[in-house]
Amino acid sequence: MTTATLSTQKPGGGLKRLVERHPFLPALLIALVLLALNGLYQPRSVSFIGITGLTKTYLALMMLAIAQTYVVYAGDIDLSVGAIVSLVNVVIVVLMEKMGGSGFSVVVALGVGLLTGLACGIVNGIVVAALRLQAIVATFATSIFFTGLALYVMPVAGTPAPAAFWRTYGGRFFEVPFVFYAVVVLAIVLYVLARTRLATQLLAVGDDAQAAFQSGLPVTKIRIQGYALCGLFAALAAFCITGDTASGDPLVGGKMTLFSVAAVVLGGSALSGGFGTVVGSIIGALIIGLINSLVFFVGTPSEWQNLVQGLAILVALMAGVLVGRRARA
Amino acid sequence: MTATTQTPAKAAAPSPVLAFLKQPLVVALILIAALLILGEVLSPGFASAQQILRLLIVAALLGIVAAGQNLVILGGREGIDLSVGGVISLSAIIAGNVMNGADSAIVPAVLACMAAGAFIGLINGMGVTLLRIPPLVMTLGMLGVLQGLLVVVRNGIPSGFAAPGLSRFVTQPFLLGLPGIIWLWVAIGLLMAFMLTRTVYGHRIYAIGSNEQAAYMAGVPVRAMRISLFMLSGVFAAITGICLLGYSGSSFANVGEQYMLASIIAVVFGGTPLSGGKGGYTGTMAGALLLVILQGILTTVHIDESGRQMVFGATLLLLMLFYGRGRAMRG
Repeated sequence: MTTATLSTQKPGGGLKRLVERHPFLPALLIALVLLALNGLYQPRSVSFIGITGLTKTYLALMMLAIAQTYVVYAGDIDLSVGAIVSLVNVVIVVLMEKMGGSGFSVVVALGVGLLTGLACGIVNGIVVAALRLQAIVATFATSIFFTGLALYVMPVAGTPAPAAFWRTYGGRFFEVPFVFYAVVVLAIVLYVLARTRLATQLLAVGDDAQAAFQSGLPVTKIRIQGYALCGLFAALAAFCITGDTASGDPLVGGKMTLFSVAAVVLGGSALSGGFGTVVGSIIGALIIGLINSLVFFVGTPSEWQNLVQGLAILVALMAGVLVGRRARA
Repeated sequence: MTATTQTPAKAAAPSPVLAFLKQPLVVALILIAALLILGEVLSPGFASAQQILRLLIVAALLGIVAAGQNLVILGGREGIDLSVGGVISLSAIIAGNVMNGADSAIVPAVLACMAAGAFIGLINGMGVTLLRIPPLVMTLGMLGVLQGLLVVVRNGIPSGFAAPGLSRFVTQPFLLGLPGIIWLWVAIGLLMAFMLTRTVYGHRIYAIGSNEQAAYMAGVPVRAMRISLFMLSGVFAAITGICLLGYSGSSFANVGEQYMLASIIAVVFGGTPLSGGKGGYTGTMAGALLLVILQGILTTVHIDESGRQMVFGATLLLLMLFYGRGRAMRG
């Protein structure tokens, strides 16, 4: 797909070349094994309803992992994605409530939500790329700012989202759950995005910013666009989480930031930039979800669940890095 | 920007005064003075001796963990330790349970915490060097493990509480009216300065931080060095955890969480760029003070939590503009 190492043909086995061209394959393998294990311990988890539930719960993290991927492409990082999710979540919930919760209000709120995410992303891009602050600390600072904004919009959690919103997200059309339509639309959008110039340019900047600059690419503008795209997908993640929790919470996204980074790494993308796939990040998010549910299905005592999840994610992270590097080497 | 801290740059500097003013440490000290004046104006009594002492204690808590963070960042290769927050929380729990209010158990508690911190650092360091996992990923994964471990520990045993001796050490005057923790911080500052400027070990940290390949060629045991830096980071985080227990009396959920990014920002405000290889701890101490005073001002001013966070975030961004920004692209 969109790997940066397109030109260099290296000698090696067919399997190696396959992984090199599709760096998400190891992650896919891990995800399939986890899925099988899930099915082994809880047959219902791989049923239609089980998969629907999993998608419904983890679509938000998938969106956020996608968001993070576009910044990581360019060798940047965004530690404010969780705060953007929180901000968009409270903005749309408050707007929908103020406008009466009709279908029209939902559409308006979603539009405003997308613009909010876009604005946050552009702010991040300007701070990191134009003002040249260090991405880790600068996006942490903006995350504090965005959290403040979210607390201003909704000081305490609990305002419910209108029924029209979450009934749609959790509902079915023609016997097919809504989230699957969302996944199909998402797949088309991602396919188109992967073919745009921007995706290639982001990877080029991440691979070697100096070389990209010298070959005439507007590096600063491209990095800002990457952050803007990240903000948009963070807004989509907020829509999903609002559909799933059916309420507003000014701190709902906070914990998701580091998981989004983990999902990107699990998917085989390099944090140093220039190498990665969006598909991998989606699978990475899925792996986190599957690990969480497997730990539950295996019957781990509740107080041990977080530790086992943490260990499993650490091991998977290591595997992702090691396999990814082998594919590139 | 290019005025390095080690050499006053006699040849190229256009104005020695300007070069002096652009040093990160000087920037931080000027900002600290300005913030203290601002705080006193906004709420009279802010810069009173008692308040400054309280701010110093809080700054020492941050400064000690930032020492380890500083070392890891100085060592370069995208060095960063996201697990310090988890180590601090864990250390506070271990210390609370081992001493459980008994002065006689302070020494074993301190040793146990430092051993735990060193062990976690050892694993981080081995993952980073032997498996070559990027530090951000390795320590992020470790943070997840530690957070899980905290849940297990918390459910299994009571959280324990600080020995009176430890609380006195952190909060009560010890020498010249200052509590022991501030003297400890000063001692750590002197030790770090000596180590970084006068010892082979310190010079090797800069060496691997600025050019790992060259350091390796010159015979520096790069892997062992890097592992030791992560271990030191774990130990410093453990010390902050113990002191935090003494400060609050008993350990509560995830006390250390706020220190993860705060320690990194203190290092950056102190003039050590995240790319490593240059900078030092004296600046980081000033950076920790700066951050704590800023937070102190925001808590004394009467504004909503939302406004406080917005001002804090915006101020952090503004302050970052004073420090080493990245180089502009040139053709």
